[in-house]
Amino acid sequence: MVVVIDYNVGNVRSVCNALRHVGCEAQLSSDPKAIEEATGLLLPGVAAFGYAMGELGTLAELIKEAAAGGIPLLGICVGYQMLFEKSSEYGPHNGLGLIRGNVVPIPRSQVVPHMGWNLVRLPEDMELFAGLGSEKHFYFAHSYFAEVSDPQAKVTYTDYGFELSASVQKANVYGVQFHPEKSGKVGLQVLRNFYEICERTETGA
Amino acid sequence: MLTKRIIPCLDVKDNRVVKGVNFLNLRDAGDPVELGARYSDTGADELVFLDITATIRSRKTIVELVEKVAENVFIPFTVGGGIQTVEQIDELLRSGAEKVSVNTAAVQNPSLISEAAQRFGNQCVVLAIDARRSKQQAGKWQVCVKAGSEPTDIDVVEWAARGEKLGAGEILLTSMDADGTQAGYDNQLNKAVTDAVNIPVIASGGAGTLDHLHDAVVEGGADAVLMASITHFGNYTITQMKEYLAGRGIPMNL
Repeated sequence: MVVVIDYNVGNVRSVCNALRHVGCEAQLSSDPKAIEEATGLLLPGVAAFGYAMGELGTLAELIKEAAAGGIPLLGICVGYQMLFEKSSEYGPHNGLGLIRGNVVPIPRSQVVPHMGWNLVRLPEDMELFAGLGSEKHFYFAHSYFAEVSDPQAKVTYTDYGFELSASVQKANVYGVQFHPEKSGKVGLQVLRNFYEICERTETGA
Repeated sequence: MLTKRIIPCLDVKDNRVVKGVNFLNLRDAGDPVELGARYSDTGADELVFLDITATIRSRKTIVELVEKVAENVFIPFTVGGGIQTVEQIDELLRSGAEKVSVNTAAVQNPSLISEAAQRFGNQCVVLAIDARRSKQQAGKWQVCVKAGSEPTDIDVVEWAARGEKLGAGEILLTSMDADGTQAGYDNQLNKAVTDAVNIPVIASGGAGTLDHLHDAVVEGGADAVLMASITHFGNYTITQMKEYLAGRGIPMNL
């Protein structure tokens, strides 16, 4: 069972609706047992970074253990930012530290928040973007972004006056800065791909 | 670079989508959930749902509608109409809306904008302005409230700039003179407002042809174009609008 982690931040309902639409009956839960038994974990998030980490509390360790055990993990928006080491949003906060990098403000030379549809360049070899071609528009809404410094991570970018990281993958840990649940058919394909990654991991295929 | 956005607007009355001319003579345009899902599937960038009755009774209906819409719509959507408190905004965001638009209540109590922006973030707060050309002063527009029925002495451009300072993340600017006429957006109005603020402005009211959409972006400086009549009644598909604009060099999500 794919588990959407429920930790009192916005937008979890939209993520569950979108997963259901692509045939994935995910469980919305904050139960440690459900998280330990999950075949895939989805960490959504519409909130400030520090608040979100605080609300995650002791579940953070369980998520790290699951990721270390090979369970596919997908972070969305602030859930994506939380995969990194640190954020400077409203003071310094530690993230999950699953991927090396820091979350920093979008330069004030750009309109902040970065909100709307922007074009992401997609490499061919990323399973999360299977079937989507070389570039697609996704819906973004955020004021901070991740500077990825992990040599083992694959990163995609979008142009917002500078190269803004749009997604990351390190082994079974995936993250997207944009909102796949709000990016129309293209976004639904990303969620379908993640669901298939979870299914394949479970059956060992 | 962010694309320009195509935003169908669904005016909702008694659980039906309706559309009138200059805010009057409403025509039925279908079921809001079905229509919303269709737009989500056919490439709209966002949707706006406006509860145009906005009575106490319709308040509960609109929350239920937002929940149903959120199950079927996988693009961002804004909900507005009669919203007066931060608690109502909270309820609508929790029900699945990305953004909430405020209009009359913000004029009566501007701190509603700042309170909502601080609690939910600027990106959630859309300031909707119903603008009417001033009969007294050429090149000026007055803010109208209560679904456009009540003119005020407030200048539209000044109000938009103040809204930005208070924390609005976006302006939904409707020309009452142009609304439903399909005779083109009021691009003098759009230009006056887009020059005065740094947040996105959604041009609304008057879309009738593909050319009108282009002019709102190029002449009016709009970041997004909102339409109802021309898309609900089947004149143009979303794809036709986007292909046309992209063909004229405007960045679109195609």
